[in-house]
Amino acid sequence: MADTATTLPPARSQPRLDPRGVLTRYGAWVALALLILFNLAFTPNFATWQTLNVNLTQVCSIVIVGVGMTLVIATGGIDLSVGSLMAIAGALAPLIFLGNLFPLPHPYVGIALAFVVPVLVAGAFGWFNGWLITRLRIQPIIATLVLFIAGRGIAQVMTNGNLQVFKVPEFQYIGLGRLFGLPFQAVLMVVIVLAAAWMLKRTVFGRQILAVGGNERAARLSGIPVVSVKRRVYMISGLLSGIAGLIVIARNSAADANLVGLGMELDAIAAVAVGGTLLTGGRATVIGTLVGALIIQLVRYTLLANGVPDAAALIAKAAIIVLAVWVQRQGRS
Amino acid sequence: MARLNTAQLFRGVGRYGVLLALLALLLFGWLRYENFLGSFNILTVLRYNSMFALVALGMCFVIITGGIDLSVGSTAALGSVVAALLSPYGLLPGLLGGLAAGLAVGLINAFVIIRLNVLPFIATLATMLAASGCALLLADNQSVSVSYDTAFIEIGQGDFLGFPIPAWIALAAYLAGSLVLNFTAFGRTVLAVGGNEDATRLMGLPTTRVKAAVYILSGALAGLAGVILAAQFGAGQPIEGVGWELFAIASVVVGGTLLTGGVGSVGSTLAGVLLLGLIFNILNFENGLGWISLSAYWQSVIRGALLLLVVAIQARLVARTEESHA
Repeated sequence: MADTATTLPPARSQPRLDPRGVLTRYGAWVALALLILFNLAFTPNFATWQTLNVNLTQVCSIVIVGVGMTLVIATGGIDLSVGSLMAIAGALAPLIFLGNLFPLPHPYVGIALAFVVPVLVAGAFGWFNGWLITRLRIQPIIATLVLFIAGRGIAQVMTNGNLQVFKVPEFQYIGLGRLFGLPFQAVLMVVIVLAAAWMLKRTVFGRQILAVGGNERAARLSGIPVVSVKRRVYMISGLLSGIAGLIVIARNSAADANLVGLGMELDAIAAVAVGGTLLTGGRATVIGTLVGALIIQLVRYTLLANGVPDAAALIAKAAIIVLAVWVQRQGRS
Repeated sequence: MARLNTAQLFRGVGRYGVLLALLALLLFGWLRYENFLGSFNILTVLRYNSMFALVALGMCFVIITGGIDLSVGSTAALGSVVAALLSPYGLLPGLLGGLAAGLAVGLINAFVIIRLNVLPFIATLATMLAASGCALLLADNQSVSVSYDTAFIEIGQGDFLGFPIPAWIALAAYLAGSLVLNFTAFGRTVLAVGGNEDATRLMGLPTTRVKAAVYILSGALAGLAGVILAAQFGAGQPIEGVGWELFAIASVVVGGTLLTGGVGSVGSTLAGVLLLGLIFNILNFENGLGWISLSAYWQSVIRGALLLLVVAIQARLVARTEESHA
């Protein structure tokens, strides 16, 4: 029944009035607003600075990785290696600023290098993912599975599986510092989200990403450098994973290669899916990913704050993911 | 003509490559280490890897239809918890309970994927979280010890005719799986769905039922793996099973099954599981020799490198075959 509607071109005069269209287009925003309203009404101490900070710090690393994942998924790919790349960056940074890798002329040189080198290394691994996918033509899920498995092993081998504990305020500013009263990581997150959203909407590269995901053959035939676009996208995902890895270890004052970024790929994909990005590529929203991550986090917070155990919150998260993707399907068919 | 032969040769390598690699690894271990092929070592490897083998078998069927099942790891955890909770009532309730838990997750997967029309990747990602949540709730966030008063632990720790019972179970499952895939209408439809779903539907084959069946099968096998997990380690473990799905996918891929669906082999999947499992074993033996000392962490690096090698060769083979067909 519903299929007959798809053959008709949508009427130009009244697309905004279609309730289903509104639901699929703004569903994530509506859900977020409802969650906030519900919390304002029922959760004690919700409208406090502290609640905002807690939720923001919980969601930052997921959103930053999710931005990269959004771009990757927009090209029709997937990146399973993000958590392992976080672990690599997280293992590398303390090795550098603690001077265990090479002697440092000055502590600040170490800290500066600890910001730059791990992120670049993670970016290089991301580029390698892209190389596997474009040069060897391996499916993204398998190509990034290689580093999902091997990447955490590399991080563990680098640190021999040991916990690296540190107290370096200058480095930890990325995870613990404050800017304008807000956590620095939240500011960083907003900057990254806005930059990526602008890039996707307004730059040639952004349009090329969507074109590749929409129809790769057509994109290639119309002269878009598909190979280079894909490699750059996976490299960006790697770079952002590296930044997220630094934030996580800075927040914890410790780097544990076994745990940093564990399960991150699934959290990021869930945020992307709930946010309304088409998982087969071609349509993507970076802001949506932010909203999706916020929804997942807020549901968890709401349940925890109202005495529901964390395990039940997992089930709720599962339901949200299915519901969100299902609603989006309804809107398109 | 010569080109066609090379293409055939390459396809043969793709098909039997994993078996050759497994044999080479066994030969290497036999020549290098004392007791490598001793019954104790072999039986221990088989006992431990039977759980992964069961999960990989289900994954193999799902992947052949062109789908994917990310929920198997937490389904196994859920199965282990349910089995452990029911183990005081005896072997059969524990076994059936774990299986039923797996079946339930499989049914939900099938419903969400087919009825709600959600991509398998996302649908099973969600049930992965949900199954994990259920396992934690049932187990009250801790491991549930298994009753030692009943025969339940025999499923994991017992022997039958000098061969570990879990290995018997896995062996039987693989034999049945191989027969089903190659010699039944259901199995041929599984391959057809993966090859071209629309064409299969137009031929009047029951694509929906077959797709539902593979997810239910995958869930049930993961539940069974959970039963073995609980019996082998004496506890239902709600947080076990993390990453099992990806190792199962890796085994299936190393076994030469294409992720695009339509092509696959049950036997090669078993070889893939054993190959990845033996790497850990070899690493232990190598450390025992004392020449070098590689930490256990190297195993994931080596597994990843092996996976890379296999998929790189596969990609080459596929490209060659396409060339020779063109």
